[in-house]
Amino acid sequence: MELHVQTLTELKAGLDRGDFSSVELTQAMQARIAQHGESLNAFITIMDDAALAAAQLADEKRAAGDGGVLNGLPIVHKDIFCTRDVLTTCGSRMLENFISPYDASVVERLSDAGAVVLGKSNMDEFAMGSSNETSYFGPVKNPWDLDRSPGGSSGGSAAAVAARLAPAATGTDTGGSIRQPAALTNTVGIKPTYGRVSRYGMIAFASSLDQAGVITRSAADAALLLGVMAGFDERDSTSVDHPVPDYVAGLEASLKGLRVGIVRQHFDSGLDHATGEAVREALQVLQAQGATLTEVDLPNLDYCVPTYYVVAPAECSSNMSRFDGVRFGRRADNPEDLLDLYSRSRGEGFGEEVKRRIMTGTYVLSAGYYDAYYLQAQKVRQLISDDFRKAFESVDVIAGPTTPTPAFKLGDKTDDPITMYLNDIYTIGANLAGLPAISAPCGMVQGLPVGLHLVGPHWAEESLLRTVHQYQSQTDWHRACPEAFR
Amino acid sequence: MYHCVRVRQRAQLQGPNSGISAVSLDKDQVQHIAMLARLRLADEEITQTVDKLSRIVDFVDQLSAAPTANVVPMAHPLNQTQRLRADRVTEANVRDAVQKNAPAVSEGLYIVPKVLD
Repeated sequence: MELHVQTLTELKAGLDRGDFSSVELTQAMQARIAQHGESLNAFITIMDDAALAAAQLADEKRAAGDGGVLNGLPIVHKDIFCTRDVLTTCGSRMLENFISPYDASVVERLSDAGAVVLGKSNMDEFAMGSSNETSYFGPVKNPWDLDRSPGGSSGGSAAAVAARLAPAATGTDTGGSIRQPAALTNTVGIKPTYGRVSRYGMIAFASSLDQAGVITRSAADAALLLGVMAGFDERDSTSVDHPVPDYVAGLEASLKGLRVGIVRQHFDSGLDHATGEAVREALQVLQAQGATLTEVDLPNLDYCVPTYYVVAPAECSSNMSRFDGVRFGRRADNPEDLLDLYSRSRGEGFGEEVKRRIMTGTYVLSAGYYDAYYLQAQKVRQLISDDFRKAFESVDVIAGPTTPTPAFKLGDKTDDPITMYLNDIYTIGANLAGLPAISAPCGMVQGLPVGLHLVGPHWAEESLLRTVHQYQSQTDWHRACPEAFR
Repeated sequence: MYHCVRVRQRAQLQGPNSGISAVSLDKDQVQHIAMLARLRLADEEITQTVDKLSRIVDFVDQLSAAPTANVVPMAHPLNQTQRLRADRVTEANVRDAVQKNAPAVSEGLYIVPKVLD
């Protein structure tokens, strides 16, 4: 079997058996990227020499009977993760020339385990977007239809994995930025519990919502990577010291007795009919495997998006204040004074969506508005969180669609920010409540992929991965590959 | 300067509970928010922002209808308190490496336009 079509787990077994070397594998993936990377615009930086050197080192380690759990396996990092001595742009003109002086913890852990980094993937600017169209480096194309968006903000990672340019990629998820692109590109995307994976070196957007995760082609691959990434990191003050189970070992348990909650409100108007049907069929597969299905309520679901668009911009406006044209990033030419330096550097460096979110945040935090918007949003956030807590008293996972529709056309939603924001209606709740959630391929609508969305209680990554793995043992949606990229 | 900004802002922006039904923003307000956020916007950007920011503010305004009496605002997704680390030096001085990304430095100092005359 050709190397690029294999999953990370299959490639690991191939390396272990000595069927091929890491250098051969890396070269095969580099050839794929050279062939298709440009048409998809999935990459901002391609790390050819560094990847080959890492592959060479991995092969030497293997020959010496050494090497970590990911030794010699190629991956891609979303360009939001700082990578030492490598361009780290976060999809922004502001950081067009930023060479990180250090590695993010996620990068460090994966590299220490032997992963070979092929490059840095394109993304919405500072992860603010759901279509990849806010990237300063241009939109990523969806491999299933090049006129459509792959979703965002981790669109480059999702497109690269879906098009078989890399077996796996890292991503980040603040309101759905891993799961929505995974759904729209037929890949698996998991956003872990808040605090599960270190945010150190991951460029911040909304600090109480941001969480790192992975995009892969199978639940088993996601389990393999997450096991390496997860765990306490003293350099992230919000990292939680909670034991990391062996996610791969946990995949094989049966779904007998698993209580799956179906959210009544998810199937109301707004959901594309065929998308809903695909999700219902997936739920029947879980039922046939021994899971029980019951209805649950999330009465405050409609408040998720407006709550998010107060909390996230508020935190964004605070985080973005570090870009001042002084210490790093873009600096305006010939500033008249300090204020001119700040405001022109920021005005030139940030794109439209980022500026809009900074201003939304500035507005909701300003004197006279704080109580009405920010404090009220934090109260509603508590209500949303309580809804989930109550639901998890009677079910183990909550299931529904990841997105209301399959992939939309590039340019379709750029005029109205609210239409774009509502694309994340099913995914945002998990971020607001800090819960783990996963999207997995579960069908096709007119040749476009549909995602099944599962949310679990805090620290239930193992159960989400197992549920998807068992589902994937009975179905082959996750093996479907866009024709032009076979 | 910050003090003046605050006072002007209060006078200028109508609060959401001021009795005016639409919370839509006008050009002066947007310019003012942009100034608070230290963002220089071109004229056409301001016009566009007035429209889009107004739509966002109108959209999030629906939160005022949520039943939040006696609800404590959520401070943290896991209700954890802030962890503190021991106050000890853990990193070597990396000033030169860090300043490689600075647009203007001199002898280890960041250069900005003159602040005092």
